Amino acid sequence: MSQRALDVSALPTIAYGPRASIWWGVLGLVAIEGSALAIVGVSYLYLRQNFVAWPPPGTPLPALGAATGDLVVLLASIVPMAIVDRLARAERRRPVAIGLGVMVLLGLASLALRALQFAGALGCRWDSHAYGSVVWTLLGMHAAHVLTSTLENALLMAVLVVGPVERKDFVDAHVNAFYWYFIAAVWVPTYALVYLAPRFL
Amino acid sequence: MSSTVGPTSTLAPGEAARETLDRAALERVWSTPPGFLGWLTSASHKSVALRYIVTAFGFFALGGVLAALMRLQLTRPESRLIGPDLYNQIFTMHGSTMMFLFAVPVMEAFGIYLVPLMIGTRNVAFPRMNNFGYWIYLFGGLMLWTAFALDIGPDTGWFAYVPLSGPAYSPGKRVDIWAQLITFTEIAALVAAVELIVTTLKMRCPGMSLNRMPLFVWAMLVTAFMVIFAMPAIMVASTMLAMDRLVDTHFFNPAEGGDALLWQHLFWFFGHPEVYIIFIPATGFVSTIVSTFARRRIVGYPAMVLALIATGFLGFSLWVHHMFAVGLPQLGEAFFTAASMMIAIPSGIQVFCWLATLRGGRIVMRAPLLWALGFIALFVIGGLTGVMTAAVPLDLQLHDTYFVVAHFHYVLIGGALFPLLGAVLFWLPKMCGRMPDERLGRVSFWITFVGFNLTFFPMHLLGLGGMPRRVYTYARDAGLTTGNVVASAGAVVLTAGILVFLANVAWTLRRGAPAGDDPWGAETLEWATASPPPSYNFAYLPTVDGQAPLWSTQERPVVTGLRTDVREVLITDGVDATPDHRHRLDGASVWPFLTAVAATIGVVTALFTPWGVTIGSLLALVTLTGWFWPRGAPAHETVEQRP
Repeated sequence: MSQRALDVSALPTIAYGPRASIWWGVLGLVAIEGSALAIVGVSYLYLRQNFVAWPPPGTPLPALGAATGDLVVLLASIVPMAIVDRLARAERRRPVAIGLGVMVLLGLASLALRALQFAGALGCRWDSHAYGSVVWTLLGMHAAHVLTSTLENALLMAVLVVGPVERKDFVDAHVNAFYWYFIAAVWVPTYALVYLAPRFL
Repeated sequence: MSSTVGPTSTLAPGEAARETLDRAALERVWSTPPGFLGWLTSASHKSVALRYIVTAFGFFALGGVLAALMRLQLTRPESRLIGPDLYNQIFTMHGSTMMFLFAVPVMEAFGIYLVPLMIGTRNVAFPRMNNFGYWIYLFGGLMLWTAFALDIGPDTGWFAYVPLSGPAYSPGKRVDIWAQLITFTEIAALVAAVELIVTTLKMRCPGMSLNRMPLFVWAMLVTAFMVIFAMPAIMVASTMLAMDRLVDTHFFNPAEGGDALLWQHLFWFFGHPEVYIIFIPATGFVSTIVSTFARRRIVGYPAMVLALIATGFLGFSLWVHHMFAVGLPQLGEAFFTAASMMIAIPSGIQVFCWLATLRGGRIVMRAPLLWALGFIALFVIGGLTGVMTAAVPLDLQLHDTYFVVAHFHYVLIGGALFPLLGAVLFWLPKMCGRMPDERLGRVSFWITFVGFNLTFFPMHLLGLGGMPRRVYTYARDAGLTTGNVVASAGAVVLTAGILVFLANVAWTLRRGAPAGDDPWGAETLEWATASPPPSYNFAYLPTVDGQAPLWSTQERPVVTGLRTDVREVLITDGVDATPDHRHRLDGASVWPFLTAVAATIGVVTALFTPWGVTIGSLLALVTLTGWFWPRGAPAHETVEQRP
């Protein structure tokens, strides 16, 4: 069969980045969730046209403290996630598990800061007016992504601790990192839209 | 059943024995467990896709019954057969069922069945997600129809415009049912879209660079991208609507700064691409059928591909033409008029390429080609009335009349259902191994074609005569009776045509003559394997060196060295399809089904309380943990701790 065969048995069984199919699956997820967030962002600007004052009278400008802390945590978290990413490619079981543990803590910190934003910093409820509805939705959607990714990191950490560990688990850690970069990065425009735009635009 | 692609392959004696052994091993690994459990857990793209197709046609039948009821009601003026409330539910259920539960799923299902075969691989990229998507789709459809049976079917149109669908004008649960139907179908559609994109980009057999991909695969790829960028708009909009109704947000409430037009923008930003999500796969069917029966490759392959991509982009710049009557700035309207007319260009390119292919071909007239030709005729008519309504002054006159009903039924039935029925006849031999009856295929085509035109052509005239859409009856002296009687008579003929078609399918499944691997002499790889294909699709994955591998006289090498003791597939480069690595796919599992059940409990509970979201998420957390928890991976893939 040698003449008419293309033997692939020597090819590797693991690949990272765009070579891996799961990476493309996560890219699809990022495209979907990015589109959804963008559409809510556009809705925010659309609804703003209906208001003379934005936020509406009686609602303060959203306080910056907790949200800026959230920004710092999320941007800083890219560093440990990138380290996890590199360790995963080296298939280092225990360091990856520890790194994911750090990421779970950072995810929880972001969620705690988000809770503070809902509890006070926004200065309105979702049912106060359309402004309240759309800022709660923007922040809530993003928080849902942070929560989802944090749970994924926790689950993967548990797999690495308990075992049996498969090589593909490291690819999973790698794509978790990819997803987390998106979540952290997309907070920048979300933060700018909700917290800075009403002040400066 | 040869192991090489191409007409001249022969096997040496030793190789034949080895192939038999390999096939036995592959069958053990890839086959779906038998019985009910296998049905719940299947990770086979073919069995999931067939279930999808059968389910979608089930919903098509239900939607058709509703259409028949509407025609029955409208046959006589001032009829009291169906009251306005039930009529509202019926046309809403008809539109929602046909769009969300039939047209989009059935097209994606054909993609899930055919794409892996056409690109020469063993399965889709994420087999368990695929199964999950099916169950979510089924549960969404069951929820909708259960609600309708309980007289709480949605009643504000398949577009659910606010303020009518808002909390003030639609109390009760009807609109909530509609909003949650969107949640279900959008998840299912997005899952299938990601599935198709990744499968297409990463699993094409060696040699199938992008410029050799079959046009049907191109069509599904463009469709899947459109789903990814269109569905989030309806997902956001329906969530906003559900929140307005359930937790008192004010997105669409003008009293608190909300905006009813925001709904229309978001809905049509999804709703217009949706038409192309249904239509583009149909063009893939037509290209395949035309090329097969003209006995030549499609003329202008690059033009066809570029037309598909152009349609994909332009499809997102037309949505405002659904909103010409709401009083937008005229400059904006002019832009969307231009965009709406511009989309006729790529559609025209495709039509001319098909005609050119037929003109220079050696035409073999068979029933699937008849359906494809019917499509070309009807789609041109539907396209022309589309260009008409793209003009703002004419649109203002025709908006919300039966002219629009006629227009989009020409586009959707002529443009999508006809090619789909042609595709059913064309690929039925592959799916079940038996040939459909040619005469019944032709008879059903002509009855359907006549019935369709009889039903929908008069609606143009009814619309011009001023008959409004979505109204349960009309006055005796309105001059609309004749047109409605003709349309209803046409509906009887149309139904008869569809019934003959279905009878042909039923006959084929039981009595059809054995089909063999490639009964039509077609060009693409799905015909290089047995009919129906074995669970692993190909004993050895093929390689290709051109656009029409089965019409090549050159013998091509096959792929060897993939493991046969696990579900291993070959991952290739996204552009050139050069082999990159071997990858083990997940097998059958009950967790996707359980996750779909968990999500369904959450979504249905969310009809009544926002805590449904929490409940569903917690249940899904449990099932997803089960889904991803490692169990019994082959020894070579586990790793020792390397600190």
